[in-house]
Amino acid sequence: MKNRKINYLRNSLLFGLIILINISCERDLSDEATNATFPKTADVFIDAPVAMGTDFYFPYGGSKATAWSIDNQVSYKGTASMRFDVPNENDPEGNYAGAIFRVDGAGRDLTSYDALTFYAKASRGIIPNALGQGGCEFGFGEDFFPNKYIASITQVSVGTAWTKYIIPIPDASKLLQEKGMFRIAAGTQNTGGAGYSLWIDELKFEKLGTILPLNASIMNGTNVTRTTFVGVTSVVNGVVANFNMPNGINQSVTIAPAYLNFVSSNPSVATVNDAGVVTPIAAGTATITATFNGQPTTGSLIINCTGTYVNAPTPTLNPSNVISIFSDAYTNVPVEYYNGYWQPWQTTVSNDFSVLGDNVLNYTNFNFVGIEFDGPTVNATSMTHFHMDAFIPGPIAPGRQLRVIVVDFGANGVFGGGDDTRHSTTFTATTPTPIVSQNWISIEIPFSAMPGLLNRNNLAQIILEGGDNSILYVDNIYFHN
Amino acid sequence: MISIKNKNSLILSLSIVLLFNSCSTDEKQTVVTKNQLVMSDEFSVNGAPDSNLWSYNIGTGTDGWGNNELQYYTDRPVNIKVENGLLKITARREQYMGEAFTSARILSKGKFETKYGRLEARIKLPRGKGLWPAFWMLGSNSDTAIWPQCGEIDIMEYLGNSPTKVFGTVHGPGYSAGNAITKTFTLPNSRFDTDFHVFGIEWGENYINFYVDDALYNQITPFDVTGDWVFNQPFYIILNMAVGGNYPGAPNSETPFPQEMLVDYVRVYQ
Repeated sequence: MKNRKINYLRNSLLFGLIILINISCERDLSDEATNATFPKTADVFIDAPVAMGTDFYFPYGGSKATAWSIDNQVSYKGTASMRFDVPNENDPEGNYAGAIFRVDGAGRDLTSYDALTFYAKASRGIIPNALGQGGCEFGFGEDFFPNKYIASITQVSVGTAWTKYIIPIPDASKLLQEKGMFRIAAGTQNTGGAGYSLWIDELKFEKLGTILPLNASIMNGTNVTRTTFVGVTSVVNGVVANFNMPNGINQSVTIAPAYLNFVSSNPSVATVNDAGVVTPIAAGTATITATFNGQPTTGSLIINCTGTYVNAPTPTLNPSNVISIFSDAYTNVPVEYYNGYWQPWQTTVSNDFSVLGDNVLNYTNFNFVGIEFDGPTVNATSMTHFHMDAFIPGPIAPGRQLRVIVVDFGANGVFGGGDDTRHSTTFTATTPTPIVSQNWISIEIPFSAMPGLLNRNNLAQIILEGGDNSILYVDNIYFHN
Repeated sequence: MISIKNKNSLILSLSIVLLFNSCSTDEKQTVVTKNQLVMSDEFSVNGAPDSNLWSYNIGTGTDGWGNNELQYYTDRPVNIKVENGLLKITARREQYMGEAFTSARILSKGKFETKYGRLEARIKLPRGKGLWPAFWMLGSNSDTAIWPQCGEIDIMEYLGNSPTKVFGTVHGPGYSAGNAITKTFTLPNSRFDTDFHVFGIEWGENYINFYVDDALYNQITPFDVTGDWVFNQPFYIILNMAVGGNYPGAPNSETPFPQEMLVDYVRVYQ
């Protein structure tokens, strides 16, 4: 209490200084000056929640809402701790414990701290599995919503003895009025589904001075290329900052993009805002990079904007006349995959995208690709045609083909066995339906023109061939009459 | 270069003395005021370290300088040089003369040796497991009185995976290696790899006081050691950065290379 008084005094002195400065240059109070009035309270839970207000506990959807309680029997220090009873995986009320603790009232000024710290122990050792599942996740900055400054340590092990945990604040200068004081998620993925108890005590923000920020990365440190269109936004993700902790061990923290400063190499092609949302505005290429505490980060998001997206022609046939493999206009039959990644010769990679609710198959580096739907096979005996819309954004090289192969698995309903039949239809720049660049190509093939396809009551594959390792968009694949 | 005492250094040393006096409140400790600068290397001339004051240890010594250290010490500028007012000892991960790391070690043996005095250096330390820099001394009779008989005063030792801790230690007959007389100093709110800090001893007849910045954290006297007191004789100064060895263990995948030990100055007062 004594310390708090001193802090208030110092704040008011600072406030006075700012006022004087501003009077001398005849300006209104700056935003920074008013921010100084937000409380700098450090404590979150000591023996009870501290200055959290009344309505501060918000469990995650799907978690067991009653998992959190105050335990007056167990504490690291003082008289009480927070207890989370992580439920069994088959608990009908929720299969994990998870929540945010949000200040019910004004946010706090956390700019003078560099870490959120607490002590934790569990009723049994909690260790993440090889996939990183089943550990605990702890953090702050989640306020439902916009969770602008969320930061978390993940895949955390918790043992049966009280241990101090430190979550570095990535850039405290951003936290001028933060409400998200704590977040926690703990499950049973690596305890054989068995529940356990987890205690948290002495939860508070601190100025340690012993944490060294290292590098940070975006897009998980890789250079990611995304083909997109004017107005179709992308978000920078995979943002991780690394810190050397007081014990000499490096700790990575998963952080919100808002802790970084972003820059677009080509703002006339794509802009990026403080939250890492990238908006393409014209055709071209722009590389989004970031800095963290003034230092460049690894990784980038390369926006390849191909211009304004032109949707494929909207199908007009009545659904009762259609068996759909891929279309937003119809209900699709079960499809095993839209890209079988058939090795060893296939180079095609799927980078499917969605433009305002219109899903599009995007085959990049396309040489050939197989779509399979054999569970069950499709009986198209009542249908008369195959339909597919294709779009080639790049130029059409001389001799370029697009081959469409429809495959029937025969009476046995499975691949091979000597009863499969197929027909390949070739399209070129000079066929009646020519392949063109930058325009949708509506392909219609009557079954009567597929003599190689002896049956069509066990249709199971569409194979596209003839690519030259460029890009192919595909939409509205269906059989119809 | 060994600079002669001048007005500036006198003023500086006085201010430092005032600082120490204000903090030397433990009545049990013998605290003296040594403010006559008798040697200083401010590392103000770019190039190799001043050959009037320093020579090199080269190679791996015997069994990695007795500690199974992993580095090969060189006198190459990539491992040691004076630049922009600092001595830079650089540890590198590179294959060199059969070793996986290189670094450097200099010593004032035969060039500057002192019995008693206040010895201090202002140093910024490196980061990462396996790095083991030190500012230390050996008895000038180390060629004839085999260690630990010659005595060793470790003014500062540091491990790169303990960024808030340094050690002040003496080794002598009956109290060496794992049985040395040592004490750890922990920075409460900072780290040794982010800023420069002053490491020093006040050393007189039958006592050695250890300090970091303005904090006097230990005194060792003949009463504290479990053998003969071998520190009432001249010693020489060593600055080095070892890589790996019995004490720090090997570097790991998180150890960044190259790493620098930066020395702003070494000063000796009587």
